[in-house]
Amino acid sequence: MMGRDRQLCTFVVGGLHLGVGVEHVGEVLRRQPTTPVPLANAEVAGLINLRGAIVTALDLRRRLGLDTGGEGPRMNVVLNQGDEAVSLLVDEIGEVVTVAEDDFEPPPETVAGTTRELILGAYKLDGRLLLLLDTERTLAPSDA
Amino acid sequence: MDEIVEEFLVESYENLDRLDADLLALEQDPTRPDLLASVFRSIHTIKGTCGFLGFEKLERVTHVGESLLSRLRDGQLALNPAIATALLSLVDAVRLMLASVEANGTDGDGDWSDLVARLEALQQGDGAAAGDEAADATVPATAAPEAPVVDAVAAVPDGANAATIAAPEAPVVDEDEAAVVGEDEAPATPEVAAAPDGTAAATIATPETPVVGEDEAATVTEGATVAAVAAASATVATAGTAPAPVLLAGAGAGSGDQASSRASVPNGTPGNAQHPANGTPGNAQRPANGTPGNAPHPANGTAGEAGGTGDRLGEILVAAGSATPDAVTLANLAQQVGDARRIGEVLVDHGATTQEDVHEALQAQKEQRGSVSDSSVRVDVGLLDDLMNLVSELVLARNQILQHSGEGDTLSTGTFQRLNLITTELQEAVMKTRMQPIRNVWSKFPRVVRDLSMACGKQIRVEMEGEHTELDKTIIEAIRDPLTHVIRNAVDHGVETPDARVAAGKPAEGRLRLRAFHESGQVNIEVSDDGGGIDPERVRAKAVERGLLTEAHSRQLGERELVNLIFSPGFSTAEQVTNVSGRGVGMDVVKTNIEKIGGTVDIQSELGRGTTLKVKIPLTLAIIPALIVTCAEERYAIPQVNLVELVRIEADQAAHAVEDIHGAPVYRLRGRLLPLVYLDKTLGVATGSDQRSAVSIVVLQVDDRTFGLVVDDVNDTEEIVVKALGRHVKGIPSFAGATIMGDGRVALILDVLGLARQGHVVGEQRSDAAAQSALLGETQHGEDTTSLLLVASADRRRTLAIPLVEVARLEEFPGDALETAGRHAVVRYGEHILPLVDLFAMVGAGGGPLTGRAQLNVVVHGAGASSVGLVVDEVVDIVQEHVDVQGAGGGPAGLAGAAIIRGGVADLVDIERIVAEAGIADLVGAGSEVVA
Repeated sequence: MMGRDRQLCTFVVGGLHLGVGVEHVGEVLRRQPTTPVPLANAEVAGLINLRGAIVTALDLRRRLGLDTGGEGPRMNVVLNQGDEAVSLLVDEIGEVVTVAEDDFEPPPETVAGTTRELILGAYKLDGRLLLLLDTERTLAPSDA
Repeated sequence: MDEIVEEFLVESYENLDRLDADLLALEQDPTRPDLLASVFRSIHTIKGTCGFLGFEKLERVTHVGESLLSRLRDGQLALNPAIATALLSLVDAVRLMLASVEANGTDGDGDWSDLVARLEALQQGDGAAAGDEAADATVPATAAPEAPVVDAVAAVPDGANAATIAAPEAPVVDEDEAAVVGEDEAPATPEVAAAPDGTAAATIATPETPVVGEDEAATVTEGATVAAVAAASATVATAGTAPAPVLLAGAGAGSGDQASSRASVPNGTPGNAQHPANGTPGNAQRPANGTPGNAPHPANGTAGEAGGTGDRLGEILVAAGSATPDAVTLANLAQQVGDARRIGEVLVDHGATTQEDVHEALQAQKEQRGSVSDSSVRVDVGLLDDLMNLVSELVLARNQILQHSGEGDTLSTGTFQRLNLITTELQEAVMKTRMQPIRNVWSKFPRVVRDLSMACGKQIRVEMEGEHTELDKTIIEAIRDPLTHVIRNAVDHGVETPDARVAAGKPAEGRLRLRAFHESGQVNIEVSDDGGGIDPERVRAKAVERGLLTEAHSRQLGERELVNLIFSPGFSTAEQVTNVSGRGVGMDVVKTNIEKIGGTVDIQSELGRGTTLKVKIPLTLAIIPALIVTCAEERYAIPQVNLVELVRIEADQAAHAVEDIHGAPVYRLRGRLLPLVYLDKTLGVATGSDQRSAVSIVVLQVDDRTFGLVVDDVNDTEEIVVKALGRHVKGIPSFAGATIMGDGRVALILDVLGLARQGHVVGEQRSDAAAQSALLGETQHGEDTTSLLLVASADRRRTLAIPLVEVARLEEFPGDALETAGRHAVVRYGEHILPLVDLFAMVGAGGGPLTGRAQLNVVVHGAGASSVGLVVDEVVDIVQEHVDVQGAGGGPAGLAGAAIIRGGVADLVDIERIVAEAGIADLVGAGSEVVA
């Protein structure tokens, strides 16, 4: 948070507007054939083949402890963290928005549960709140 | 890290590896001048570069080593075991310091003064024998360590009278030292110590071109004959002047010995590290590289290296017989004193050789230089890995096209075939780049064997066969430690002492043979010794003593199985625990590590003749053959190395073929009990409907345990590219990795050992044999679980538990098979007579006459002629449980106590007691010992 504007890649998960810094995002893909991993944690949706690299896909709804009913997630947001790429399954992909640091606030009280632990705060945009996802925590294996 | 330092490290490690090998070869044949020269050159190169880079300790140590070596090379000392050991320690010390340089950029804070003192003592001790003066003369140089000391060594091979010149020796001057000395800018006053015999009139020729700020002092310590004293030339780096050859030529009548001299040349300007010059006369004419801290050519040769670097024209000419050594030395001398012409021209001019020969030699020189630097490149392994990944992708893409290739027209079919071919070739070529000869691992072993055999007082010769056999780099790394351990074991325990060998009618020198070869896509490595072999009886006794298995169980094992017990954890037959091996961890670790990379280990031993350990490992880990199976609509890959066989039970037999009782299913595979693991249940993906039409069992082996994995369908075998799993899924024991199938989808690779553990086929600890034996022993290991066969009496009121490890087979005999031998009930069982014991009658829990039963349920204990059949009324279940034995020893004979199993009380059967009490000793194990 350098007090500068920054660009966020935004998406919708379970009705929440979330964003991550564009610098973390490798690419955005349509839902890929996913191989489930038995015995893995619930948020692990499976493995996808990203041009020969095997990438773990996490169901962000499950990760955030949101309702998993309704239509399944449709998009992969592939995040690069260190040497490893991890894909987040999201419902819908939004646009890249530029946010000002002045609009940032710590997590609002209205956000509860796991979601609160995994977001860094909210940007107050016109008419809606954009929650900034803590990529490091989100991508950390949940039992670790 | 600094690029120069990195380069230095890579080069030095290579040098060290060669050093080990050379020193050992030298020990066999101490007079080989080429080896001596090679050893000297290796040390010298390290010394030169590290001095330049400012690693003082490293320089000090290598320096004394070099001094010692120079005396060896000059024939003043003969290589003896003490010197060889000291030199090998030197190599170790250098290796340690290099490791430190690699780790933190300094040569560490180790104290090497002992080693330095030892090397000096060796050098001086024998020096004194050669001449006291010589010994004394070396003192100033070593006693004043702050003075930069440069060895300039010249050997005159034939003791000719001609004055020989040493090419300018590379001065290696540390910056600090240079600074100290540089304060004294007085003109040089060369100091000469005359040769001890006084006949040699050593003269010093001062540089033709005095170099500003240079201060020289040369101490000629010895020159028994033609004293050829090399001098060091110093280049003043800042000035960028050409190196000025300094000639110290001591000429004198000699006895024909070779001469060695030490020249102490403190020189340099303050703060300037000197750039070591290449010691060739021709090269000396090159302008010095004037930039401090840039040394493209660390000194790699000294003047006296006969048969040295090989790229010197004079030497090539001599080797080709085109010129005499004397003529070349003379020409060198001429060059030194100012003849600006090239050596070839000088020689031709002197009539020492012809123009054609020089031309030829120049060609040869060119080729020699080219062969080293042009034909190979150093490539980062990471880059090769990337390349390998890309090729794997290409292979997958190719496979995908392959699936659609039927639809294409002829043009695209032709193109596809070419693509197919090229891809395959590319894959092979890239695989090859990662291949390394097994020699890379083996080259360390002669040294290991030498050190060890000396420590054990043994004589062992190492033989290698197939050292060019190639393996993937990752595998090379993975087998290094296990193989080293095996070698150590062979030396320590395998080969006997010379006395024992002679007494046994074998040559005093033992033989350790390493053999490698390719066979059916795998690499076979054999390590064999001609030592005492492994005594199966001792192994048996030891294993029983250690509680690894019971006496009774041990009797069932064949010789080979017994010998292979040495791979059990916690096993060591060494009577004496040495510091070499015999710490109780060893062969099991070897086995584990080899199995980890998909290999197998087997050991064969002949008592008194020797032992052979056979290791089979895959060529590469990156691509493995695998069996693809389907389970709950998903595909899984099973590494073929674990695969034993495939069994398919058709629907009509499936219902009763699998004896599935209380969730511990077994299948009788050719009479043996095969525990089954259902993949869907283990993975938690069972669909619920247990209506299987047919049962596909993949029989797998891991850890000497065989089990059947029940899958929905068996597809095909395929070569798969193994990929690592991400951290979210890495910890799941059932999976070893993942791969991408031909259709682009991901499939998980099953970890067979992990599955077996989850299915409780093998214990959590690999030492489950110990856990099982604990049942019959007095002690109970708290957390261990045990596999038990539960049998019930006809009225189901009594349940007995038999350790599964004691059970060889379950058999059913028709009632009319019952016969009588003597007063015992027996049945014919293969070629043997199987005595029957009514288990429940024996423990006073019912039973009844064996005659008149429609069917006899028999638990077979033991193997072959020593089998005993325990007749039970009903086989209930096999359980894997932690057993808490109560009332041990208090019950009737043949029972080891009671335990609560599956919510009911079961008596534990002590089979050995039962067999002993049954009074069937005369029938059991004809010819062999009766179980006590």
